[in-house]
Amino acid sequence: MKIIITASSDKIDQPFNPRFGRAEYFILMDSETKEWEAFVNPAADSRGGAGPLAVQFIAKKGADVVISGRFGPSAYTALEAAGIKAYFASDGSVNQVLQQFLDGQLEVAGEASGPGMHGRGR
Amino acid sequence: MRIAVASGKGGTGKTTVATTLALSLAAQGQTLSFLDCDVEAPNAHIFLQPEFQHTQEVVRLIPQVEAQRCTGCGRCAEVCQYHAIVVLGQKTLVFSELCHGCGSCTLECPEKAIREIPEKLGILEAGHTPQQIQFARGLLDVGEPMAVPVIHQLKKWQTSQIEEIEIWDSPPGTSCPVVESIRGAGFLLLVTEPTPFGLHDLKLAAQLGAELEIPAGVVINRDGIGDTRVEEFCQESAIPILMRIPLERQIGEGIAQGKSLIEIRPEYRERFQEMFAQIGALCAAEDWQ
Repeated sequence: MKIIITASSDKIDQPFNPRFGRAEYFILMDSETKEWEAFVNPAADSRGGAGPLAVQFIAKKGADVVISGRFGPSAYTALEAAGIKAYFASDGSVNQVLQQFLDGQLEVAGEASGPGMHGRGR
Repeated sequence: MRIAVASGKGGTGKTTVATTLALSLAAQGQTLSFLDCDVEAPNAHIFLQPEFQHTQEVVRLIPQVEAQRCTGCGRCAEVCQYHAIVVLGQKTLVFSELCHGCGSCTLECPEKAIREIPEKLGILEAGHTPQQIQFARGLLDVGEPMAVPVIHQLKKWQTSQIEEIEIWDSPPGTSCPVVESIRGAGFLLLVTEPTPFGLHDLKLAAQLGAELEIPAGVVINRDGIGDTRVEEFCQESAIPILMRIPLERQIGEGIAQGKSLIEIRPEYRERFQEMFAQIGALCAAEDWQ
C-alpha cells in the first residue's frame, strides 16, 4: 500500500504539515517495503486550485492513502474520484504519523473539512 | 473621456464623488454614461435613481467532458491555469468554482470531448436617470466568487449610443475586480481621506494606476481630519489634488438621507464642473507629452 503524508520538509523525522494542497512536500511511504521518497508538491505555490492539482499529482504517484490535517471540498471531491482514502492526523513527525496510521489510530476523513478557498487559497 | 473613480480604501466617498460628477455634468447639458462597476455591492442607483429598461444575464462557459470520448490524455489539465480541470486516471473532473471560463481546455482537447455549458454569474441592468444619464450596472449573484467576468461584460455591453463622457464607479480595493474596472480609463480619480488608513490604500491605488499608465488625480474627502501625510504623498508623487470636501455634519446627514451632494450643497455643481475641465486639461497635457 502506498501512503502519502503531507510534510514541510523532505525528512521523515521532521513534523508533518497539516495542510494538504499547500504542503511543501509529499512523502510517499510503501507500507510493504518500508521505502520512502519525498516529492516537492507542485501545487504548493499554485495561484489557485491547489487541492485538485495536488490530488492529480499524488494519484499519478499511485497513492492509495493520504494523511493530512485538513482537506478542502475540491480536494476531497478529487480524492474520492481518484479512489484515494483520506485520513486525518493532528501532529507528530512524518514517521510518527505513519506509525499512528499503521496502528489504526487515525480517523478516516469522512467529508471535506470546512469551506474551500475557491481558487484563492494563498 | 473615460473617468474611473477608485479609492483603495472602502467608504471614502467614491460613489458620492462619481455620482456628483455625473449630476454636475448632466446639469451642464453634457450627455454621459455612468457604469457602476462595484458589482458585489452596487449602490450608485440610490443617488442617480435610474429606471432600468434593459436586462441581460452574465454567463461563464464551463467545460463539460464527454466521458466516452475522453481518453484521459491530460491535455486539458495541462493548459488550465487555475487547475479547474484535473485528470485522475480515466476520470476527468471539472471544478466549476475554480473555472475562469477561458475556453483553453475546449480548444486544446485533441478528442473534441469537451463542450461548454453556460452558467449564470449575475445580471446587467441599464436604463436612464431622470437627468438622462445613461446608467448601467452589474450585479453578481450571491455566492459567486468571481466578479471580473461581470465587470468585463458590463464594460462591453452597449444598450444605446456610446457617450463622449463615461464615468466608471469602481469597487474598493486593488485586486482583480478593480483592475478590470479601471482598465482602459483615460483618467483615474482617486478618492481618499486624510487618515493613515486612507493614505495606506491611496498609495496602493496610485501604484495600480501607475502600473496601468493611467494619469491620476486625488479628491480628499472629509478634509480637515487626520494629518497632512496624504497631501505630502500627493506632492512627492506629483499627483494633483483636484478637490477637497471638508468633513461637515450637514453633508454627512444629507448623504445619510440618500441625497446627492449637489442637493445638499448646490455650490458643488460648479466645483465639479471645474474639476472636470481640469481633468480634461490634465489629459490633454498627458497626450501632448
